[in-house]
Amino acid sequence: MSILIDAQTTFIVQGITGREAVNLTRECLDYGEGARIVGGVTPGRRGREVHGVPVFDTVAEAVEHHGGPIDGSVVTVPPAFTKDAVFEAIENGVKLIVIVTERIPRRDVAQMVELATLRDARIIGPNCLGIIVPDVVKMGGIGGPARNARQAYSKGPIGVISRSGGMTTEMSSTLSAAGLGQSTAVSIGGDAIIGSTYAELMPLFEDDDETEGIVIYTEPGGRMEAQLAEWVKEHSSRLPIVAFMAGRFMDEMPGMSFGHAGTIVEGREDTASEKIARLTDAGITVAERIEDIPQLIATKMKQRRAGAEVSR
Amino acid sequence: MRFFEYEAREIVKRAGIPVTDFGFATSPEEAMAIAQRIGGPVVIKSQVLSGGRMKAGGVRFAQTPEQAKAEAAEVLALQIKGQTPRGVLVDPKADVQQEYYAGVVWDGQRKQPVMIFSPVGGIDIEELAERSPEQVSRRHFSNILPFSEFIAKEAIAATGVSGTDLNRLTPILTRLAKLFVEYDMTLAEVNPLGKLPDGSFVALDAHMDMENEARGRQQRLLSELRVGEQETRQAREATAFELAGEQVDAQDHRGVAGNVTEFDGNLGLVIGAGGGSLTLFDAVRAHGGRPANYCEIGGNPSVAKACGLAKLVLSKPGVDKIAVMMSIVSNTRVDIVARGVVKACLELGFDPAEKIAIFRIPGAWEEEGFKILRHYGVEYADRSVSLNEAARRAVEKIEGRTAGKVLA
Repeated sequence: MSILIDAQTTFIVQGITGREAVNLTRECLDYGEGARIVGGVTPGRRGREVHGVPVFDTVAEAVEHHGGPIDGSVVTVPPAFTKDAVFEAIENGVKLIVIVTERIPRRDVAQMVELATLRDARIIGPNCLGIIVPDVVKMGGIGGPARNARQAYSKGPIGVISRSGGMTTEMSSTLSAAGLGQSTAVSIGGDAIIGSTYAELMPLFEDDDETEGIVIYTEPGGRMEAQLAEWVKEHSSRLPIVAFMAGRFMDEMPGMSFGHAGTIVEGREDTASEKIARLTDAGITVAERIEDIPQLIATKMKQRRAGAEVSR
Repeated sequence: MRFFEYEAREIVKRAGIPVTDFGFATSPEEAMAIAQRIGGPVVIKSQVLSGGRMKAGGVRFAQTPEQAKAEAAEVLALQIKGQTPRGVLVDPKADVQQEYYAGVVWDGQRKQPVMIFSPVGGIDIEELAERSPEQVSRRHFSNILPFSEFIAKEAIAATGVSGTDLNRLTPILTRLAKLFVEYDMTLAEVNPLGKLPDGSFVALDAHMDMENEARGRQQRLLSELRVGEQETRQAREATAFELAGEQVDAQDHRGVAGNVTEFDGNLGLVIGAGGGSLTLFDAVRAHGGRPANYCEIGGNPSVAKACGLAKLVLSKPGVDKIAVMMSIVSNTRVDIVARGVVKACLELGFDPAEKIAIFRIPGAWEEEGFKILRHYGVEYADRSVSLNEAARRAVEKIEGRTAGKVLA
């Protein structure tokens, strides 16, 4: 199994005729069992095709052509048009929206997320690379062209959640090299406000039989890690978690922003050292180096299994 | 991006929130003229972006216009945390009966703005919230529904404030919430908000932070406030090196060579992308390395852009070598970056094998990239070498050489 998507998931690509979107469409069609991309949307380009995918002017036309609800959408339109595109997808019944676009002002993101919540839809991103279920399907640019994605990702028991798209692949590749595949890897985006945080994805992994452990990539800025620590404490999760914290040097430079838009350190809870303390306090292991992650998560998973045996 | 106090007060004023009859001056003479107009005791406040002005002596009091001129001259010449003041704000010394706090910020967890109010103003609100939580109220509000006054009323009433005060404060907080949304602020704060003897309220100080990503669509406000496009308004102003980095990034539209930040070490870094750069910078420092800069390349930059960035870093005084490192790339092409950095070395008359401490970028087009590097004798690594190990090798090379010099 997997979370969020599987081989049956249907989706569209909004902004499909853009250069990056054309590549992304090819990559998703080629990877695993081949994504079911049922249409693309670029206003004014109806009637064209992108790698065999029909292009429509509106999401409503794509839904009508498909003959029923479409599960998801990858949104790759410029920042100024993203809010409208996402509203359009949500109002046409799409329930999973991956927003690739970066540099969207927070007000727009917050509006999209609030509408999604009202309509029982979920947003991943913005400023993310999407979702990959190794060997099965990917939704978004995550891992790049199919052959590159195959090299880094492999099937297995680890759920990966990362604020950095590139580091999702770097960490998964390290896990794969150590024989630890991934159930699903999610690039959640690097902005201050995002559709789905670690804590909001944990219940999905919790319900996924295939997932036995979680690896996360974290950064300074925001309360997302504190929220995860609280979630873990409150829910006695069956899943052990190993975290990697990048950007520790930023603690010495308050007010400066590095890496992603969401990393600016504005308060005490935002710093790397504060986050490491909170995560550790919740029983989450914080790895010093990425190459240590496979051993750490494998050990924790073994301990959990042994614990489960004893309690039985 | 932060606003100076005089700008923040101007924004508050435009939103219809009462302000004092303040003025902004860049010379002692201007300060004197404003004090004359005010016609009473004034406060002279240094206009810098950093905090701690009071402690540093950047806030002075004056009884007469002549005194105002003298104090302004001193404040204008006083650097605070390395920043030369933009000017001084001349403010009438108000007869304040009580100070309140009003602010709006984003709550990233709830994903909504939150209004914060307290009848205790002029202090650090986070500290107050820890010490006396009952004196600080918070009310979240919808991103989709238009802001409605009842939210402000609830925030005010929750702290026990009632009567005429409640009714006079409500429109002020409502306007603050509206300006926060309309101007894409990440922080909109009036602190303190003063109550005058006649029962009216006036903003005595204001703090505003606008989201960088929204600068484009807030051009009108920014140009009216005369905020330059090149002003980064981060915790410190951009250095010449950093501005040159922005020029490299702006030279063509392919890829990103972003966030070039100056440090004072000897190891130049050509690193990417967002998360990879953070990880690598930490790793270099963990191994005792001294970075000369931070940067983020990615998004498939052109040869010219990779070359331009490498040249900039290589030309920085004190830089002995560069390390070219990224997390696994899928969009960016390894061969293009390799070509760019080798070209930079050659054009500056350096031997790439000598100047590039290590090249660790695995991923798309890596075979082609590694072939170029082999040709020039540059040490490279694929994904089997971790980011941490690559950083260690780079530091070893450069610090080893420095140590050798000392021995000789």
